[in-house]
Amino acid sequence: MDTKVESDHTSGKNRTTVERKSGREFVVTRTFNAPARIVFEAWTRPELLRRWWAPKSFGISFLSCEADVRAGGAYRFVFGHAASEQPMAFFGRYIEVTAHARLVWTNDEGDEGGAVTTVTFEESGGETRVVLHDLYPSKEALDGAIASGATSGFGEAFEQLDQLLVTTSASVGGS
Amino acid sequence: MVQYTRAHLDASFAALSDATRRGVLEQLGRADASITDLAEKFHMTLTGMKKHVGVLEQVGLVATEKVGRVRTCKLGPRRLAEEMAWIEEHRQLWASRFDELDKVVEELRQKEKVDGHQS
Repeated sequence: MDTKVESDHTSGKNRTTVERKSGREFVVTRTFNAPARIVFEAWTRPELLRRWWAPKSFGISFLSCEADVRAGGAYRFVFGHAASEQPMAFFGRYIEVTAHARLVWTNDEGDEGGAVTTVTFEESGGETRVVLHDLYPSKEALDGAIASGATSGFGEAFEQLDQLLVTTSASVGGS
Repeated sequence: MVQYTRAHLDASFAALSDATRRGVLEQLGRADASITDLAEKFHMTLTGMKKHVGVLEQVGLVATEKVGRVRTCKLGPRRLAEEMAWIEEHRQLWASRFDELDKVVEELRQKEKVDGHQS
């Protein structure tokens, strides 16, 4: 069975897609080779969640992971990042928890207007399609998140912008 | 992995720390505007606003076009490139997460098989 998972990877079947659906939302999708109740379990038990939410290959690691997964329950994830001295905290509240089907939570770490995340688990033929939907309160809020590289730490876009800004501030002076 | 020095981060935050420039980007995210519109909106002189727009235009965050006597400003091409890079980075984050989640899910599935769960 392990080989099947591997071959699914190479054929691109389990490819993760990310798409900006509109001014206010973006959507992540991926299919898993297991029934919805198993995939759901991995999202809702903190000791399982902490094994995959902060991937080592992305340079982040959990410092702490607390999640009270029920409607009204709070979560708080604290990460360390190789490129940052300060730990990063992400926190909010679960709004909806429907077993094996749907999770909705708020993202309250920003100064104002964080996204609401909805995750649905759609089972079909023993596989589960996971659709994660981040809905921002306004286009400005999503544009702002993109401009500041908010959720992803420091990326290549930021580095490029960084170089341009250094060049510009040098040529313009402190205007 | 990209390496960042504190000096690099400080320089970029300093450049974007100007509230007027951030406000101009927000404003242009809603609708295109002339320099005059922007100057009025932010209670500035035309010269002051031209300077800010010039900074944003140089880094590609704003594009301007002169039609007749009016210079119209809109979000620039840099914005789009930035957005595409952000989405790609997001995809990489989620792909990495989901590769790890695959392992957890497979482990749970095997465990369930051993435990003889029926459904």
